Amino acid sequence: MAVDATAAPGGAPNVPGRAPLLEVDGLTVEFRSGAGRVRVVDDVRFTLDRGRTLGLVGESGSGKTVTSLAVMGLLPPRSSWVEGSVRLDGQELVDAAGAELTDLRGRDIGMIFQEPRRSLNPAFTVGEQIAEIARRHLGLSRKDAWDRAVEMLDTVNIADAARRARHYPHEFSGGMCQRVMLAGALVCRPKLLIADEPTTALDVTVQARMLRLMNELQAEFDLGILFITHDLGVVAEMADDVAVMYAGELVEQAPVDDLLSRPEHPYTAGLLGSSPDVQGHVERLRSIPGSVPAVGAWPAGCRFHTRCEHARPGTCDTDPVALADGGPGRRARCVRSGELHLEGVGVDA
Amino acid sequence: MPETTDTGPAEPLLEVTDLRKSFVTKRDVFGRAVAREDAVRGVSFTLPHGRTLGIVGETGAGKSTVGRLVLRLAEPDAGSVRLLGADVLSLSRRDLRRLRRRAQMIFQDPFASLDPRMLVGQTIGEPLLLHAGLKGAARTARVVELLGRVGLPAGTADRYPHEFSGGQLQRVAIARALASEPDLIVCDEPVAALDVSVQAQVLNLLLDLQAERGLSYLFISHDLSLVRSFAHEVAVMNHGEIVESGPGSELFGHPQHPYTKELVSAIPVTRPGRRRSAAVRRAAASIPAAPEPPVVRPVLSHVLEGDPS
Repeated sequence: MAVDATAAPGGAPNVPGRAPLLEVDGLTVEFRSGAGRVRVVDDVRFTLDRGRTLGLVGESGSGKTVTSLAVMGLLPPRSSWVEGSVRLDGQELVDAAGAELTDLRGRDIGMIFQEPRRSLNPAFTVGEQIAEIARRHLGLSRKDAWDRAVEMLDTVNIADAARRARHYPHEFSGGMCQRVMLAGALVCRPKLLIADEPTTALDVTVQARMLRLMNELQAEFDLGILFITHDLGVVAEMADDVAVMYAGELVEQAPVDDLLSRPEHPYTAGLLGSSPDVQGHVERLRSIPGSVPAVGAWPAGCRFHTRCEHARPGTCDTDPVALADGGPGRRARCVRSGELHLEGVGVDA
Repeated sequence: MPETTDTGPAEPLLEVTDLRKSFVTKRDVFGRAVAREDAVRGVSFTLPHGRTLGIVGETGAGKSTVGRLVLRLAEPDAGSVRLLGADVLSLSRRDLRRLRRRAQMIFQDPFASLDPRMLVGQTIGEPLLLHAGLKGAARTARVVELLGRVGLPAGTADRYPHEFSGGQLQRVAIARALASEPDLIVCDEPVAALDVSVQAQVLNLLLDLQAERGLSYLFISHDLSLVRSFAHEVAVMNHGEIVESGPGSELFGHPQHPYTKELVSAIPVTRPGRRRSAAVRRAAASIPAAPEPPVVRPVLSHVLEGDPS
């Protein structure tokens, strides 16, 4: 491979005109369903630069996790079809040959998941598991790989790392397991970290420490982070830009403060309204009626129109809606977004 | 069981005093307990009629155990529970069963708490038969009425749990809880497994039912934002104890106990201006991190946090 993954992490800012770290364009994913295929991700497009975090927000069934797995190349090849383009530092990943892709994604992309304990192998010490990654992708010797593993455990604030490296996953708490996962994800000094609901299963104080750590390491490693979550509070704290997914497509994209204060898609506004944090003590919460439509049962026209209080018959339920540009860095998939004045969140409660 | 209507509004619906429970964590080869962990260590609170008490805490704080002890789903080691004027812990089996119709429970995962082999109509009809002796057409009519009240169509009764989404099924669980016309519902993380947009629907339903029927809720949750918006009073648990309690706005606005302060400051805030710029983040990262606070040891844990020796 041409890329020297052992190079020191640079703090180099993005050069204007240089390709973004991650460029996803026209990403479409279909799964085998009985004799046919069912589409779960539809024409997703976004970019992510080094040192920045893109929050990918959506409820279950919105396609946010499948999008991340497609970027990572982790979808089963025999029962899934991925189309479109995923470029990392300008290199196409979707058509890359199997072995090449494995090398690339192991080294240049790290990933952490919601349930760290399930992602770790209970039969090996955490040090062995991290060292294995370093041996496989960096070609380090057994000894060097072990040293690198210990160093990484120290980097993610595991106290007494040299001794703790010889412990098994069951000897760590949930929060520590997630930091061990992070150590493994970062051991090859990747450019991109995909974090899929990394703190959802953690207690709130443990979550706060994990998020702080991710911010520190992002600055240290100049990481681009694709942060997948359903929690708008976490998005507000962690993301520079946000992409909201609903029923397999992006419905809104914007810089984080713009999205929170002036949502342009009724679904985004609805999510903000359903969020108890935003409302303080109330008699009733605002809510979105109905539930997320199942994959393969997406309504015609705007896919949100069946739950949208602003939907207009004859306009919203007929033709598919395009993701239209609206202001700097903003896009929304709503034919009425220009005329609606949707309620966002103020700076203070 | 005493007549509950005589107790009047002066006496709280539920009064819990110095409740304690420990679990055996280790036994020797003869099955004798050699190690115990205190899950609940002297918890006291009162819940008035028609109000909601939120119990918040992190994993292992003992909040779910408190909910179970109140309904005597687990036997407390010590303390007292007075529900509707009755001393719950000294009741006979029979009286306990009669009292339980007045106190129901909703759990986090309705797929686990509802019988997958029973039709929804049977699930809701069962307490009607047991507690009210309703049969035949009268029972069917009541089931349909209850389904309607939680916003589900009558046809729901002839379907199985696996045919529903989590939000719909949690409504079924609520309908079943309502069937015996309870005064108290213990809600243990009732919306934790639901999508954000559906959470609000279920919470609104619980609020409407409270306004309509004067229900009281003991609302157990790890989600502080949720409890803040939903509960009148909030109790914060840590290590089996209530460390602070009070009206939600007061408790979250001016936390007094160090643990409550830590908890409140850890809540992610959904507001603009929270994300610091890359330059500020880089500067912050170059400053050595403050030493981490000591690891909070879960009370009931199989995890070896520190030195195993």
